[in-house]
Amino acid sequence: MGRDTSIGGAQHQFPSTRFSLIEGVRSGNPQERERALDTLVGAYWKPVYKYIRLHWNKESEPAKDLTQEFFVHLMERHLLDRFDPARARLRTYVRVCVDGLVMNEDKAAQRFKRGGDRTFVPLDFESAEGEIRPLEIAAPDDPETLFAREFARSLFGLAVDRLKHECDEKKKSVHYQLLDLYDIEEGGKMLTYDEVARRFGIKPTDVTNYLAYARREFRRVVLDELRGMTATEEEFRREAQTLLGVKP
Amino acid sequence: MTRYLSDSALERLREAADAPDLSGTRYRLVEKLGQGGMGGVFCVEDTELERRVALKVISVPDGEGALSARLLQEARVIAKLEHPGIVPVHDAGVMPDGRPYYTMKLVQGKRLDEYLGTTTNLSDRLRIFLRICDPVAFAHAHGVLHRDLKPANVMIGPFGEVLVMDWGLSKMLQSGEATGPLASQNSETAGATPSSMQTAHGSVLGTPGYMAPEQVRGDTKLDQRADVYSLGTILQFLIADASPAPKALVAIRQKATATDAAERYLTVPELAADVAHFLDGMSVSAYPEGPFGRAWRWIRRNQVWILLLLAYLLARTLLIFWRPR
Repeated sequence: MGRDTSIGGAQHQFPSTRFSLIEGVRSGNPQERERALDTLVGAYWKPVYKYIRLHWNKESEPAKDLTQEFFVHLMERHLLDRFDPARARLRTYVRVCVDGLVMNEDKAAQRFKRGGDRTFVPLDFESAEGEIRPLEIAAPDDPETLFAREFARSLFGLAVDRLKHECDEKKKSVHYQLLDLYDIEEGGKMLTYDEVARRFGIKPTDVTNYLAYARREFRRVVLDELRGMTATEEEFRREAQTLLGVKP
Repeated sequence: MTRYLSDSALERLREAADAPDLSGTRYRLVEKLGQGGMGGVFCVEDTELERRVALKVISVPDGEGALSARLLQEARVIAKLEHPGIVPVHDAGVMPDGRPYYTMKLVQGKRLDEYLGTTTNLSDRLRIFLRICDPVAFAHAHGVLHRDLKPANVMIGPFGEVLVMDWGLSKMLQSGEATGPLASQNSETAGATPSSMQTAHGSVLGTPGYMAPEQVRGDTKLDQRADVYSLGTILQFLIADASPAPKALVAIRQKATATDAAERYLTVPELAADVAHFLDGMSVSAYPEGPFGRAWRWIRRNQVWILLLLAYLLARTLLIFWRPR
């Protein structure tokens, strides 16, 4: 489990200035390249795994192999070097690459079995598998919609983790806990501000202010994370529209 | 391990990230009303005046500030256009998260495309069309083009009031761009800063299917005939159910939506006048008639009097032939 955190190593370092993921992947600086790949894997491995499981109807074990293979493939073949933001969003490009890999599954499986000396990306598949069950019921037919939804879930998850970390650092844990109660936990919105204030030992007016702060910061963090995942301002804006449910 | 978010949690967080940050303002969020490409519109409570108003705010990131400038321009344009057919702006400002917003009167009605199901009468629909023309003509007279006229941007209020909404793509005409009656009134565009006049110059903004060809091409020198074209498409939308549509009305629509701007009505009042003439059974400039056409229209317009006269003549004739001996 210890190495799991390295999947999204950057998540726990929370760089104050965002870098472009694509620039990072293409960088000649090995450290920057590794950090960019860490970020990419951290944001995309769950969407990729769930997509292979649900859209391609793969069993758990083959899906794990294909997910591993995909990221190794992505790194070794420098697939992101071929990404052109003028032609597609990065999210779409990643999904199309996954499709290409799965369609050549047999060949990939053989390569995978031969590749005894490669370094695999350690991923916590058990957690992803646990998340699959509720999705199986409502998996949309449209692959783009499925992948976009899982990408949003992954990115929002990263943003929630980062917000918690930042609030803890700024001694504003209660602010985060209020967001958690109201916007993440089920049924939190049923409570009145007075009830919440009593629970946290704060004034009812503080509930409003703390919650506003947490939501404002959440928006900032989400957009900041997203900016790091996009190559151009235009792609960033379009992805933000999709992510926030804004009609383009 | 990254926190798992259920679908409902994802939706709540999406709403939380999208909702306006009203902390420190006089407004309290009530509900979201709608969403456009640039921003969202929310129903908020003005806690000082104890009334509900609509608040429009940018939803998407705006690194270069172009969207913020456009929202502010929209607020300023609407503020200048005091007309019963244009929703009044109450307030404008910047939220704590840096996003600009403005508040306006809350209109609780139906969009024109939704409202049409309630009235199939052609005359009623044409009267609505004339009331759409009014604020657009008013805006032109004040040097403002709407540039995004379409059924979804027209609201019919609960008391039948017709409101032209969403002036987000509006543009102040520059001197020299206007023709006809606008030319002498451009000095009234006071307050239009150079930046607001240049907003979106050269870029294609609008809604496909309702935009004039020159707007689709991205022409920089649009004039009021671009809005005339869009009004023509709205007219088409309103008369689409009329089968067959009267030829004069079709001619008006065709003239309004001519591909070549030079062949269109020069101004909105000219277009409105033709529609009003059609409603009154008079000749319209877009549809030249022959003597039979004129005669037929005269008969239709005076059919009551003609029928009374015929009835009178018939009665007199009967009296002559069946007079008791």
